[in-house]
Parts: sequence; structure tokens; C-alpha cells
Amino acid sequence: MTLDRTTVVDGLLPAELRRDFPYLDQELNGHPLAYLDSGATAQRPVAVLDAERAYLEHANAAVHRGASTLVGTSTTAFEEARETVARFVGARPREIVWASNATDAINMVALGMADAAAGLGGAEAEIFRLGPGDEIVVTEAEHHADLIPWQRLAAKTGATLRWIPVNDDGTWSIDDAASVIGPRTRFVAFGHVSNVTGYLAPVTEVVELAHRHGALVMLDACQSVPHRPTDFAELGVDFAAFSAHKMLGPTGIGVLYGRAHLLDALPPARTGGSTITTVTMESASFLPSPQRFEAGTQPVSQAVALAEAVRYLDALGMQNVHAHETALAELLVEETSRIAGVRLVGPPPGSPRAALASVDVPGVHAHDVGQFLDAQGIAVRVGHHCAQPLHRRLGLRATTRASAYVYTTADEVRRFAAALAEVRGFFGVGA
Amino acid sequence: MSDLSGLYQELILDHSRRRLGDGELDDPHATHHELNPTCGDEITMGIRLDASGTAIEAIGWTGDGCSISMASASALTELAAGADLDRVRELIDGFRTMMRSQGAGEADEDLLGDAIAFHGVSKYVMRVKCAMLAWVALEACIAAASAGAPRPSQP
Ligand SMILES: Cc1ncc(COP(=O)(O)O)c(C=O)c1O
Repeated sequence: MTLDRTTVVDGLLPAELRRDFPYLDQELNGHPLAYLDSGATAQRPVAVLDAERAYLEHANAAVHRGASTLVGTSTTAFEEARETVARFVGARPREIVWASNATDAINMVALGMADAAAGLGGAEAEIFRLGPGDEIVVTEAEHHADLIPWQRLAAKTGATLRWIPVNDDGTWSIDDAASVIGPRTRFVAFGHVSNVTGYLAPVTEVVELAHRHGALVMLDACQSVPHRPTDFAELGVDFAAFSAHKMLGPTGIGVLYGRAHLLDALPPARTGGSTITTVTMESASFLPSPQRFEAGTQPVSQAVALAEAVRYLDALGMQNVHAHETALAELLVEETSRIAGVRLVGPPPGSPRAALASVDVPGVHAHDVGQFLDAQGIAVRVGHHCAQPLHRRLGLRATTRASAYVYTTADEVRRFAAALAEVRGFFGVGA
Repeated sequence: MSDLSGLYQELILDHSRRRLGDGELDDPHATHHELNPTCGDEITMGIRLDASGTAIEAIGWTGDGCSISMASASALTELAAGADLDRVRELIDGFRTMMRSQGAGEADEDLLGDAIAFHGVSKYVMRVKCAMLAWVALEACIAAASAGAPRPSQP
């Protein structure tokens, strides 16, 4: 299936693919639903729902606990899911750790590093041990999930949190990064694709710069893995996080990626059953990754469903998904940037961006914009999208965001833009 | 779009533009800041009591938010300025009951006057907090003022 711009704009691909998504076939306030909030959470195809159900109907049992035939079946399904996800992002299976979502995955690293600073983890954990004089670097555009855990880590260890400043449009460059990352930098965390501006970060350049200074790098890949081919080994990052529910998969499961030798050295922040080798009354030693991090009963049917989502995306081809979304991104920019009285935040027209558009309508609060669209069957996200510092930097409190995915059609983007153009008139602003 | 005009009644849109009471109050007996963390809407409400301490002599607020929250603050100002504290407490209770109704029943026009325009908002669960923002802030001001809290010092 080749997707050029024309096909997408004609809505050919989505028309056939949409049959896989029962959710999309409903009305919202008397209009056909235009679901433009996949950046917050994506809808799931029948295949993913069926895979989870089939697992529960035929293969559900405890995983890695006991020795029965049934445990063999469930454990195999669980570990095969890990292999499938690993292949999808250019990782080895033991570099894939299940978390409850991306937020949890980021916290696993930040909390593990706090443990290292507290002296846990022995000599291997030295690389994670921060203290006064050390610097953690993030960007001003981070999602709160990739900001607050690092604020806390800095507070616990005495390290300093610094940030790469963003420009007036919310973007930043490798030069901006180079003005902050230096010899004191020990850890750098940033989003691959911004969930507010759609800006694509210069990952390999930042990795090169950070590694030159001996710093580790963690990538928040929530808005990239679902939308573009992503190979963590090729990008060279040390850690990464993403969530299943943004990539056609279930809620309740996310992924922490880490280079194997680093994961094996990172202290497990949560401990308990299934993570250990030997336990005495005084202490415990831990298994290598991933088991050392997977304390307690895991989201097994969710892992199986996530693997099915990955197979679904693989069958479409991530290059095709990316091409489809690139066309939609261009259309979004084209359509929204020509509406008088609407400010599109993010990279200027003509620069690459993900298929999402956050807009401000001066004089009309984002809540009211969203409500107006909602009444016409168009579902968008309003608010600060968990990025208050970025909104403050943009001089805004809240924006209205439309975000697209594999099933989004050009028609839906046009409906969004057409409705957006009527907002100021309805609220009597700017006449 | 008939549904939407139930939410954004003319009176609400009108109040959102008029913003009665917008402006920091001089010499308040009590002030209270209220924030809706999901959307960042916020309001700082201030009241000054009359000499008897039983009625609101003046009310003033500063805030930033959606049309519903700003219109609600404006409508509240119109009702509460000059009113007895007991009456204002009754108004707040009545408004809260209406906002919890999910659009059911009739709003109490005798009590709430123009503020019954917000009855339609109660159907939109995600917007109820917007409408309540100013009222919750005023409630806190009254509680502070009648507890005899010392006047906040002027900056
Ligand atoms: C860039 C980014 N980072 C982190 C997150 C957090 O994801 P989750 O809520 O699934 O943990 C999101 C999604 O809201 C996101 O868009």
C-alpha cells in the first residue's frame, strides 16, 4: 500500500482502514465523530481487542511463577510480546522493561538514580550517582512527565536542574542545547516529538553532544514511536519511554527501553517478588534486566495486546504511517495558518512537524474553542497538555490541539479548520 | 448547534464580555485565590463588609479563564454586591445545587435571578467547575471574613 499525498487527501486509505476501528463509527452531538485527540490516547483496532480477549480466553495464567504447562503458555506469550516490541524499536528483548505507562517508565529511571545516589546498587551504579555540582538537563518544552521526575531527582541528590530554552515558537536547536549541555552535565532528558508543537528534536546531535561530555540521555518517545519508524539503537539514546495507549494498544502498559548494561546496573526502584536471585532476611540480590524491574504481577494481557498493535502498525508499515501523517501535518498547517485571528504554535509552515496542531484564538479561551468544536462532532484536546512551562513561555495559558493518526482523514482535518474559522464569530470576538 | 446555544446563552456571553466586578478591591476584609488545575483558570476574589459586618459592601475580582468562568464571576458580582451575608450563603448553596443537577429540573429563578442562565452548563460535566470557580472563591472569602480573620495586609 503506497500512500502519497493525493491518496491521503482523497481519504482513500483511511476509508478502508477505519473499518478496523469501531470507536470511530459513532456520532458526537449529532455529527459524525471526527476524533482528533490521538495525541492524548489512540483508538484500538478490533485485532488488538481480539488479541487481548483471545489471550484471556485461552492462555491466561501466572507468568514466570511455577512450572505448569499453563504457566509455560502464558510466559511464552508474555515474552514473545516483549520480543515483538523490541524488534519494533530496534532493541533487544532484555532492553525492554514493562512499565504501567511512559510516566512510570521515566520515574523508574529517576527513582533508580535517586536510589543510586543514596548508595544502593554498589559500584555498578556509580554512573547513576548524582550529587551537588552535577547537572540534569531537560528542555523548556517538556511534558510534565519528563520534567517533574527530574526536578525531584535534583532535589533529592543536590544536583542542579537546567533547561534548554525554547524560541518564541516553542522550538529549540542543537545550538540551544549546546549552550546548556557541558562538562557538568550528567543526564539529559527530552521529548523526541513535542506533544504541543509537533517539533522533532535533533536527537542524534544531542546524543553526540551529551555523550561527548559523559552524560546519559533519556528520550521521551511518546509522540514518536507511534508515528514514525524509530530505532533506539540507531538514535544512540541510553533510555527511552513510550506508552501503549498512544499506539493503538491498551492502557495500563508502557515501555522503558534501556541499553542492556545500563539497565543491569540501575537500582530497581520498586522491589518485591519476581525480581530477585537470592533473598535473606537482611538483603536481596536482583536479576538482570528486565526481571529486576518487573516487581509483582505484570500487565500480561496488555503486553499481548500491545504486541498485536505493533503487528498492526508493522503491517501498515511505519514508513507509510509516517507518510500519511506528513501529508496530514501539511494539510493541518495549510488549513489552520490561513484562518484570520488564529495563532498556530510550533514550527513555521514549511518546517517538519508531527501531525498535530495546537492553536490559540486570541480573545476566546481554549475551553470555549473546544466546546464549540465538540458541538460539531470534533473531538480535540484543550488545556496546557501537561506542558505548563512551555505554554507560559509561549505567553499562553491554554491551547486547542488537534492530533491525527493512521485513521485520520483529510476530511476530518478540513472539518476542524472550517469549524475553527467560525469560532471568533460565534463568540463575538474581533468581528 | 441548538445544544451549544443552551450552554452559551446570550446572558452568559454578555456577562463574559462585561465582566462586572473585574478589578482588584481596595482594602478587602478577605481575599481568596481559586485555581482549576485541569485548565489553569484562576480567580482572586476579594470582599469588603459593611460597618455592621453582616453584608457585602463591595466585591472585586481578578481572573483569567474561559467565558463560562468569567461570566459566572460577573453574574455573581451583580447578585452579591450589597447583599446580606446570609442571603449570599443561600445564593451559593442554591447555585451549587443547580450546578449539580446535570440539567435536570427547574432552576430557582426567585433565588438566583439571571444566574439561572447557568443551568444549561450543569449538563456539561467538564464545565461545572468553570461555573463554580468564582462562587467557591466567594464562599471562602465569606468564611474567612466571618471567622474574624484579620484583614490581609495590602501589598
Ligand atoms: C510527550 C509526552 N510525554 C509523556 C506523556 C505521558 O504519557 P502517559 O500518560 O501515557 O504516561 C505524554 C502523553 O500524555 C506525552 O505526550
